[in-house]
Amino acid sequence: MSLGEFILVSIVKIVIAIGILLTAVAYTVWLERKVVGHIQNRWGPTRVGPFGLLQPLADGVKFIFKEDLLPPHVFKPLYIAAPMIALIFALTSISVIPIGNWITVFGIHTPLEITDVNIGLLVVLGITSLGVYGVALAGWSSNSKYSLLGGLRASAQMVSYEISLGLSLVGVLILAGSFSLRDIVDAQGGTFWGFIPRWNIFQGQIVAFFIYLMAAYAETNRVPFDLPEAETELVAGYHTEYSAMKFAMFFMAEYANMITVACLATLLFLGGWHGPLFGPPFLQAILPVFWFAIKIFAFLFLYIWVRGTLPRFRYDQLMAFGWKFLLPLAIANLVITALIVALRA
Amino acid sequence: MLHLIVFSVFGLVCAAGAVNLLVQRHPINSALSLVVVMGSLAVEYLLLGAEFVAAVQVIVYAGAIMVLFVFVIMLLNAGEEDRTKGSRVAMLFGIPGVLIGSVLVAWVLLERSGTGNVAVGALPGPPKVIGWLLFHDFLLPFEVTSVLVLIAIMGAVVLASHPGAVQQSTQSDKREG
Repeated sequence: MSLGEFILVSIVKIVIAIGILLTAVAYTVWLERKVVGHIQNRWGPTRVGPFGLLQPLADGVKFIFKEDLLPPHVFKPLYIAAPMIALIFALTSISVIPIGNWITVFGIHTPLEITDVNIGLLVVLGITSLGVYGVALAGWSSNSKYSLLGGLRASAQMVSYEISLGLSLVGVLILAGSFSLRDIVDAQGGTFWGFIPRWNIFQGQIVAFFIYLMAAYAETNRVPFDLPEAETELVAGYHTEYSAMKFAMFFMAEYANMITVACLATLLFLGGWHGPLFGPPFLQAILPVFWFAIKIFAFLFLYIWVRGTLPRFRYDQLMAFGWKFLLPLAIANLVITALIVALRA
Repeated sequence: MLHLIVFSVFGLVCAAGAVNLLVQRHPINSALSLVVVMGSLAVEYLLLGAEFVAAVQVIVYAGAIMVLFVFVIMLLNAGEEDRTKGSRVAMLFGIPGVLIGSVLVAWVLLERSGTGNVAVGALPGPPKVIGWLLFHDFLLPFEVTSVLVLIAIMGAVVLASHPGAVQQSTQSDKREG
């Protein structure tokens, strides 16, 4: 592939990936409003388009045309930069996530991801760990007590749960023997006894999966760990002072992070794009991406279901749970996995 | 060639971040400049072919340690610092000292030790190589360092949760209540 071709292919892939991600973000919001509505015996959005399907579009237009208030008491440079930081890192982390096998389009053979790096998992973790600056700086620069408390809670919570999250992934890494997301997915192909798929969750990493699940809810500030924006006590937490598109950027960043977390869960524990393949060649090329999307949808649905079901933790419960329960459990899981792999070798 | 250009650009960004760290008067701006320094150092590692070190640099330094720095600044609500005129001794001896020192270090590195040039990929890059180095070749120093860090953590815990301090504060709470 020549340099010109490489740049062209990269740009096309970036545009497609960002397009898919932003559409997914918009419709995850719609899905959440619908599902939570039905859980609470309401209809959710119904007015704009069939089933309220055009609601995200209407919301987007509304956010753009709202007045962008700049409160006089804020620390201006960081107040403006914070939502950008949050959104940029949320969108960047998708760049190394593979959504399917290699494909050939117009004679160009290319993987279904923006770029294939051999430390893909570390890149995702690194980028998402930088996302906390957006939240922390928003809380601090707003110069308001609710925002500051929200920002402090968010940074403490994200730093604490990042440790359990990282440790829960190490078991998978030991099984796969690689940091490359593509290698990890490839290691999960095939089945046990012909019908149980060889996903990591069935290879003894089920505890790790649940640790990851809980840590991921805390990382993305979702119920039951949504203390940084607990509306009953903190108004809206770190984004209390934000309006219009700046608020929308935080909103998009939160949902983009949810999707990234769902992608990682699918790749690491649920077998990525592996699933039954059948039909003509065209269908066989499309099916992996379809399976991948189905798994992400299931994970996101679980997210929303949990939000509609569980109450919020108290802050001391949150910290005690993270440090005294999840972290030791993750370490135990790591030690046991390492022992089993070492004994088997 | 492209490598060299990108490497120099990020080297400049790194140096500019370090200077900005000293010039800024607000602690949070200084902390963010340090994040920029850490980030550009990670890019430099990446350009030298040490991708694992680069990733760890971002995750550990930029993503965890500096977040705690920012957290502490937020918690203490540290304001802008007052600018003093500085001491005359520092001006007279400090700046020439720094200049002479850096020239000396550069001269030693370039002329004497033979480490002047590092080619792309010359550093141990892949995680497997680093893992082998840490857990096989340098196992003892690595474990000794980890014990050292553990002692430091325990020391911090002991200092932070001094039993006398806790008793005193509960007593004073009772008195106030």
